[in-house]
Amino acid sequence: MVKDFYQILIAEDSAITRAFLVSVLEEFSDQLNIIEAASGFEALKQLPREKFDLIITDINMPDINGLELINFVRSNPEYAHIPLIVVTTEGSVRDKEKGLALGASEYLVKPIDPNLFRNLIIKHLGLEPEPSGRADGDIT
Amino acid sequence: MSEINLSDFIAEAEELLDRLNHGLLDLDRSIKSDSRQDPSVVNDIFRAAHSLKGICGMFGFGEVGEIAHKLEDILDRLRLGKLKLTAYGLDVLFAVTEELRKIISRKAGGEPISPEEIKELKNKLSQMEKAKEEDTGIGLLKQSGISGEILAVLTEYEEHRLVENLKEGMGIYQISADFSLADFDRGLPELQDRLKDVGELITTSASAEPGKENSMTFYLLVGSAQSQEDIEAQLEGHLVTVNLIKPGKQAKAGKSAPAKSKTKTRDPEKAEPSAGDAEGEAEAQGQEETATVRSLSRTVRVDIGRLDELMNIVGELVLSKNVITQLIEKLRNQLGFTELAIDLYKVNRNLERKLQELQQGVLEVRMVPIGQIYDKLRRNVRKLARETGKEVEFIAEGGETELDKLIIEDLADPLMHIIRNSIDHGIEPKKERKKLGKSEQGQILLRAFQRGNHVVIEISDDGAGLDLMRIRKKAAEMGLISPEAEVKQEDLIQILFTPGFSTAEKVSEISGRGVGLDVVKNNIAALSGAIDIESTPGQGAKVIITLPITLAIIQALIVEAGTETFAIPLNAVSSGLSIKPQDIKTIEGREVIEQRERTLPLLRLERFFRLNSKSKTGEEELYVVTVGIAERRLGIVVDRLLGRQDIVIKSVGKVLTGLKGVAGATELGDQRTILVLDVLGLIEEAAASIGSRRMGAGAVNVS
Repeated sequence: MVKDFYQILIAEDSAITRAFLVSVLEEFSDQLNIIEAASGFEALKQLPREKFDLIITDINMPDINGLELINFVRSNPEYAHIPLIVVTTEGSVRDKEKGLALGASEYLVKPIDPNLFRNLIIKHLGLEPEPSGRADGDIT
Repeated sequence: MSEINLSDFIAEAEELLDRLNHGLLDLDRSIKSDSRQDPSVVNDIFRAAHSLKGICGMFGFGEVGEIAHKLEDILDRLRLGKLKLTAYGLDVLFAVTEELRKIISRKAGGEPISPEEIKELKNKLSQMEKAKEEDTGIGLLKQSGISGEILAVLTEYEEHRLVENLKEGMGIYQISADFSLADFDRGLPELQDRLKDVGELITTSASAEPGKENSMTFYLLVGSAQSQEDIEAQLEGHLVTVNLIKPGKQAKAGKSAPAKSKTKTRDPEKAEPSAGDAEGEAEAQGQEETATVRSLSRTVRVDIGRLDELMNIVGELVLSKNVITQLIEKLRNQLGFTELAIDLYKVNRNLERKLQELQQGVLEVRMVPIGQIYDKLRRNVRKLARETGKEVEFIAEGGETELDKLIIEDLADPLMHIIRNSIDHGIEPKKERKKLGKSEQGQILLRAFQRGNHVVIEISDDGAGLDLMRIRKKAAEMGLISPEAEVKQEDLIQILFTPGFSTAEKVSEISGRGVGLDVVKNNIAALSGAIDIESTPGQGAKVIITLPITLAIIQALIVEAGTETFAIPLNAVSSGLSIKPQDIKTIEGREVIEQRERTLPLLRLERFFRLNSKSKTGEEELYVVTVGIAERRLGIVVDRLLGRQDIVIKSVGKVLTGLKGVAGATELGDQRTILVLDVLGLIEEAAASIGSRRMGAGAVNVS
């Protein structure tokens, strides 16, 4: 089960949020390959191309929304096992309920606490943080 | 790759604010014309606010983020139909967007933002929220009989759109389409585009069905007033299944039996060549879609500074090429037409052509459509009209006209100033307009178009025109003209550009803040442009700005006067002629020559710059370079014409900035540095040197 290389798919239409998420994971850059998709549609295109170990998605995206992406991933035996973290600005309770009901593993609402996000990634991938890294922060 | 810095943040924040503003303007139009608000517009501005909130948080702009958050809340309720948008609410949204823009730029400049300011903005937004909650009708969904499977993946917004469609009595269709993994990124957008003509596309979802390894099924939920047959007919050529899942009120029941489905078996790939009449249209649509999808992912945002660097390098290459050309000339003179000289000449010609292409390419990259600043202007017109209580319609045409990015940046303020003048001084108050038999709503028309190597921008209004009497009176008071003197309209108009000149009796909220038309003129002149005003009393005024398309590389005429060499921008030159000293006549103390039955005032460069003159017999031929636009022409007298050349204008630094008649410096092929003449400045100087007008214009400080 221990791997030393992981692939992450980020579906998020804001380039700056993508850059932010990537920058938080910078310290793991030799263990991670991060593929960015600027819409749900692009994420769908990426899914069959690579083997992903983790998917991070926004909810409100043009064309295919995050809920649909979650549903697609969860109802497809090939992808159903992949942990799925929702990162969204959407404070909507209905959306959150739906997202979790459809099978999202985590649901984060922006602004994202970098430590929390980082620790979630560590938890789901089983990464080994650098000894000198910021090892504090809670794992929820 | 993941380096994100403040300038990225500012760029994205600005884009988002522009998007917000653009959407608000759209809503403004629909409120005014009482037409249906486009739900996608409300959704888009909501998304812009939501992204703004997100990025503010990440950059430690927390307090700005709070406002964006509040804004997002309100827009969220608007898009979900919980709140109704009123004209008042729209004003608040406009104002808050504007404030946000200011706050972000101040904050980016390191200025602290007081908590009171943030609170005030939040309070503004809160007032808007007080309106009572509208019924969202989510209950309708449960009664609609639409399967839970479909509802489970709808975001709250999409639920709201579905409800709205149900309320409007639309039929709800689920259209499914199979696409191969290889081409769904082409086929799906095409289909989505088609569906826009059918009705509202509420959502798209996908599923991969077992057994179909290489294809994916998409489900598109659409609300439409059309019958199933009509929709199927419109989707002819797409491999789709149309399912009616909830009949609408309009569609006749007999025509569209529920759950009836029919599969089109035409393969879009094969159908394409034989699609007949519809082919052209479909293809055009397809291309348009590809174009938009592409621009999303294929655009690079580049700092203008980098383009400047590139431009400089191209400029230096041009100079190096000029040196090579001169060396080849020398070689030919010394050795004659040897094979080597001819080869070198050919290679150099080729280099020249490629260099031109490179230059053209870099120039094109810098070009942006002027329409980029139209929104900003429109926003300001709206605000100013409100402040003055006048009604103003702003029409902006020619937004696709392209100009150098730097010119566009520096153009917004002068344009705004001119528009401000139009609203404040030009367009009459409603009552007065009515009395005059004009429509209560005044009109400002901005038109941009290309003419040769120039871009012309005209701003005209249908107001009162210039008050020439008042300008005259004021000019006499200021001692610019004598009260009795007969002054032509065009000369009076020129007086408007005198520093400190204002006819406003008191300083108004709008114009007359001490910034006069002279500043506008200087700004335009700094861009190597010209400005002119035409006026018809009672019918309006028109300001005409002429600008070069780019500032970076220009063609120039190289001339010699006395012991110095100068460059005259070729776009200002209308002709050149050689004269004998005895052709020069003197009228009212001014040197002129007769030219095609008109007199052309002269300016001797040698005298103007007080240069050392070469020893002369007084018999040598002189050259007159005619410059100037329309009525303001001038003959610049020089000793010799040396030829034309591409030059790169560089700024001359602080020491020479006060020097009249100099636009900058450039390097020649032989690496000599020479001055580039500011033609408009020279024309002004020449005009100012006649009689009493000297005092006014002499003080102009060209910046």
